[in-house]
Amino acid sequence: MDFISILSIFVMACFVGYYVVWSVTPALHTPLMAVTNAISSVIIVGALIAGAAGGSPTAKWLGLIAIALASVNIFGGFAVTARMLAMYKKKER
Amino acid sequence: MEHTAPPAWVMLAYLISGVFFILALRGLSSPATSQRGNRFGMAGMLIAVVTTLVTHEVASLPEILGAIAIGGGIGWVTARKIAMTDMPQLVAAFHSLVGMAAVLVAAAAFLNPAAFGIAGEDGQINPVSRIEMGLGIAIGAITFSGSVIAFLKLAGKMSGAPILLPLRHIINLGTLAAILGLIGYFTVDQSPWIFWTVTALAFLIGFLLIIPIGGADMPVVVSMLNSYSGWAAAAMGFTLHNTAMIITGALVGSSGAILSYIMCKAMNRSFISVIAGGFGAEAAVSSGEAKEQRPWKRGSAEDAAYMMQQAESVIIVPGYGMAVAQAQHALREMADVLKKQGVSVKYAIHPVAGRMPGHMNVLLAEASVPYDEVFELEDINSEFAQADVAFIIGANDVVNPAAKTDKTSPIYGMPVFDVDKAKTVFFVKRSMGGVGYAGVDNDVFYMDQTMMLLADAKKMCEDIVKSLQH
Repeated sequence: MDFISILSIFVMACFVGYYVVWSVTPALHTPLMAVTNAISSVIIVGALIAGAAGGSPTAKWLGLIAIALASVNIFGGFAVTARMLAMYKKKER
Repeated sequence: MEHTAPPAWVMLAYLISGVFFILALRGLSSPATSQRGNRFGMAGMLIAVVTTLVTHEVASLPEILGAIAIGGGIGWVTARKIAMTDMPQLVAAFHSLVGMAAVLVAAAAFLNPAAFGIAGEDGQINPVSRIEMGLGIAIGAITFSGSVIAFLKLAGKMSGAPILLPLRHIINLGTLAAILGLIGYFTVDQSPWIFWTVTALAFLIGFLLIIPIGGADMPVVVSMLNSYSGWAAAAMGFTLHNTAMIITGALVGSSGAILSYIMCKAMNRSFISVIAGGFGAEAAVSSGEAKEQRPWKRGSAEDAAYMMQQAESVIIVPGYGMAVAQAQHALREMADVLKKQGVSVKYAIHPVAGRMPGHMNVLLAEASVPYDEVFELEDINSEFAQADVAFIIGANDVVNPAAKTDKTSPIYGMPVFDVDKAKTVFFVKRSMGGVGYAGVDNDVFYMDQTMMLLADAKKMCEDIVKSLQH
């Protein structure tokens, strides 16, 4: 992909993000932060590439550490979000 | 080594993963759809990870799975154990990990560019990739060190008071300029010293940016760092030409930016003045001024129980003090008894109640308060005029009428609840001495219709429940 296509995706995604986030109810802003935390750990993709590659042992180890850090976030972020969301209950009628 | 474009299905898989992340956030528009949204998020992550592992030659799979298992285990256990009051610290800690992961990935890409497909035929890194990497490592490092300081302040391991260095604005701007200048120079000279200097300076400025910011502004800081962690992921997405990372980065980046904006607006503070820091310091000085003694009335749990039983509608305004006293369960019990006796009970939440956006809603949800009894500032504020009782527990600045009338007040202009319009006001507070975060006196204490309930918030709620059941 050339730089312009990537930039286009990025700019469009910023707009999508803007509208989607404004539609999030304020009551769920804390779960929003927890889940954005989890999904921003998609950076694990870069860590996996580094950790999988041969060639530079240093780069590989940096990658493995990054995999572990991102995993803390992914599992922790989704789990804590799920835990919070399960607490939101409607009035019993 | 020339980089070949990945097959079409791989690009599609990352795109689907990105779309799933959008759906994850979209689900949060209502508690009813939020859990499904979260599952979309998990699925998106699984797709991204599996696609990456399948399409890259993996030198040693056990090592990678081991790293995932160790990290995942720590994350899972932490998420199960963490108390909801400690959520802001946890989120700050998680932000720091994203930041560090971005730094490590950028460093790995610098050391082994061929593996990332960003090296030209001569083994040099493409100039555009160098800018992206430079920005990625800089934003990642700022996110890391900034989040560590925010974590220490939120966890109470470091004083929440702002630390003001002399000439800090000049130092900060100079450091920032040096980082940007070096990233620019990096495109023509690929020497390692430039890359590592940028990294070191970015760690330094993250630290310098957050230490002057006081405890009251932490909700803005946490949101801002949330935003940075997104931009860091986006920058690495540019480097790796990865759609999932770019979409996610943009989503998280906008999310954090919007939350920072909402928080600033709720405190009537400009983003620049929050970043410039020093809010808590001014407040500490103004609270030192001697104030004349004014008469106020003290109420008892019996008074409160009697008045609320007679009332048709009660609006509860909880603040962080309620959570500190762990009073949310006792408070919900009090509301339950009142509802059984035919009183309408609603909760009013200010955007800055708690230590992060939406924190108070989570704390009430944990105490099994139904979310359809909880209202935001603009939705409920007009109802105070008709309410028989406003029950303020652990909140202070968010009900201070000085924000509407006193131009000299540090909180002037901040949107506040019109509790002064309610027929009767009960103000649960530990003592008359303490003041809110902003350190200003509150006229609500001295109104004719106000009764101060001076006690521990949890004990007071329990006593009211006892009186109600008589």
